[in-house]
Amino acid sequence: MGGVSVLEDWLFKFPENIYINIKEPIDGAIDYMLRNWEPFFDVITKVLRSMLSGIGTFVELIPWWLLISLVFIATYAMSRKILRAILYSVLLFFIGAIGLWDLMNQTLTVVISSVIISLVFGLPIGILISSSKRANAVVRPILDTMQTMPSFVYLIPAVMLLGLGNVPAVIATTIYAIPPVIRLTSHGIQQVDVEVVEAAKSFGATKAQALFKVQIPQAMPTIMTGVNQTIMMAISMVVTCSMIGATGLGTEVLIGINRLESGTGFAAGIAIVIVAIIMDRLTQGIIREESAPNE
Amino acid sequence: MNEVKNNNIILRVENLTKLFGTKKTLAREMLKKGHDKEEILKHTGVTVAVNNVSFEVERGKVFVLIGLSGSGKSTVVRCINMLQPPTSGKIYFEGQDVESFSKSELLDYRRNKVSMVFQSFGLMSHRNVLNNVAFGLEIRGVKKSEREERAMEMISMVGLKGWEYSDISSLSGGMRQRVGIARALANNPDILLMDEPFSALDPLVRQDMQFELLSIQEKLNKTVIFITHDINEAFKLGDTVAIMRDGKIIQIDTPEGMSSNPADDYVRNFINSADKAQIYCVRSIMQTPTCLVRTRDGANHALKQMKINGVSSAFVVAEKMQFVGILTLENALKVRAGELAYQNAFIRDLPTTTPETHIADLIPIAAEASFPIAVVDENNQLSGIVTKASVLASLI
Repeated sequence: MGGVSVLEDWLFKFPENIYINIKEPIDGAIDYMLRNWEPFFDVITKVLRSMLSGIGTFVELIPWWLLISLVFIATYAMSRKILRAILYSVLLFFIGAIGLWDLMNQTLTVVISSVIISLVFGLPIGILISSSKRANAVVRPILDTMQTMPSFVYLIPAVMLLGLGNVPAVIATTIYAIPPVIRLTSHGIQQVDVEVVEAAKSFGATKAQALFKVQIPQAMPTIMTGVNQTIMMAISMVVTCSMIGATGLGTEVLIGINRLESGTGFAAGIAIVIVAIIMDRLTQGIIREESAPNE
Repeated sequence: MNEVKNNNIILRVENLTKLFGTKKTLAREMLKKGHDKEEILKHTGVTVAVNNVSFEVERGKVFVLIGLSGSGKSTVVRCINMLQPPTSGKIYFEGQDVESFSKSELLDYRRNKVSMVFQSFGLMSHRNVLNNVAFGLEIRGVKKSEREERAMEMISMVGLKGWEYSDISSLSGGMRQRVGIARALANNPDILLMDEPFSALDPLVRQDMQFELLSIQEKLNKTVIFITHDINEAFKLGDTVAIMRDGKIIQIDTPEGMSSNPADDYVRNFINSADKAQIYCVRSIMQTPTCLVRTRDGANHALKQMKINGVSSAFVVAEKMQFVGILTLENALKVRAGELAYQNAFIRDLPTTTPETHIADLIPIAAEASFPIAVVDENNQLSGIVTKASVLASLI
């Protein structure tokens, strides 16, 4: 009878004697990297830090009234709607009025840096996987992992390897925000009409000519949608990144949570939403202009 | 093998075979043993697109490849400019083996010798008409001013002068294909490959384009390899016609030769379908009525409509587009002068037809009719009109 109960246990509960330890090897790997790859991470830290300070200086150089005017002009130029342009300008002014202008600039610095890195790597990778099945097979599961892995998981090693502050924040944001631009660049290029690509080839276009003169311009609306998504995802990482010491609006939210101050939290939250809306609408406007001739 | 017998042969295709799939060696053995296309597909998963095709094209002539879809005709032209490399067989352009070209020779061949026109046009929507036409020259590295001048010339030749800076999206199908043809001609190629260029167009536009192509061909004396599934188009355009079935060429002949001497029943059936009036039905030639008034509209509105459209009669419909009759200019004027009641002014006893009617059956009605014939569906709703002129045009 004893035999039967063992069998029953085995059927209904996962057998306890089967256990693979993957925690220790991962810890070991991180340890190894910490000890041996320090110069490498130092270089990354230095490069990112100077990039951040460059972009930060640039963002701070733009006076508040100029930024508001730029948003006004850009919105009007894209939508031809004066009310919308006024609304966005007032919203932006509101961020300053609730005392969050400097923090917004800090947030923008991290977001812009992450988006630039995402585009610099994402666009070429997207182009590469659009034409190579093998590259696609390798990159796709990595993208899936990047998008679904909870970001807290890689925040821990990022902090261990790169220290606290804006540098690991940029890396974490990039990991989270890069997949859409890669996916949509590749998708956009693949869905270009076969006959159009054939036509380019039939006129003696080299691969590069076909890519830059035909495939990429034809895919531009889709690629821009990817860029838009990447920007939105980068903004959505702001609060998470404040937990590893990124400065900006996210810090305020974190303070609000820690001190149970709803007002502080909401003020910063509203500012984040305003930044997101303005960035979304402006990039959407570019997409519409890109795709207008295709209608 | 054979030394060039005839200097006038610009392109020679010898035993061209193209297989799609992975187990090609096995498929080729089965082909040699005489198995047919379906058997090979079933056993090996290999599609035999083109099977041992040979033909010659004379300089300055129009060579038409005709066949149903899936007969391999598109693959043949794609082998000629190496968009699809042949599985076996040879293609000689002016005696040179096309497959032996190096990369740069192949680009040169595509840039200067053969140009292609596509069924769904293959135009680039991010470029305007001018930059589409100049594309081939741009790829070749021709200076901007020079290529634009050449493109302008081609655009006016295909009758699109004034549309140079328009977006592709603003053009009709016929105009788009004119852009496609201008783009192909801009390179000044020796051979024009045309892959069902007019199949996506309305029958009437198609006839215009066929005429246009013939006149361009007369002017420039290009060699044209033209693909179609329409035997009328083939006979109208082709100096030589090759008919394809299941990847093989069944017969190559002049249109006359083929009509009087079809190689087998398949060819005979194909040719018999040539009588347009039998195969075309009213739907393919009907037009939207330009001048339409409702029974409640009144004579003044009707007169205004006739004036705007420059016609002397209007089609009258009831509330739900039910066809009522025709109001002539004369009667409308009488109504305005008070000599006739509006409701009595319509000519009601008119012959009508349906979209499914064969044109052959419409000819006697069209011959008698003094107005355009109303096309109505089963609910007596007006779906279009057919003019005498369009009935006649469809027969040409």
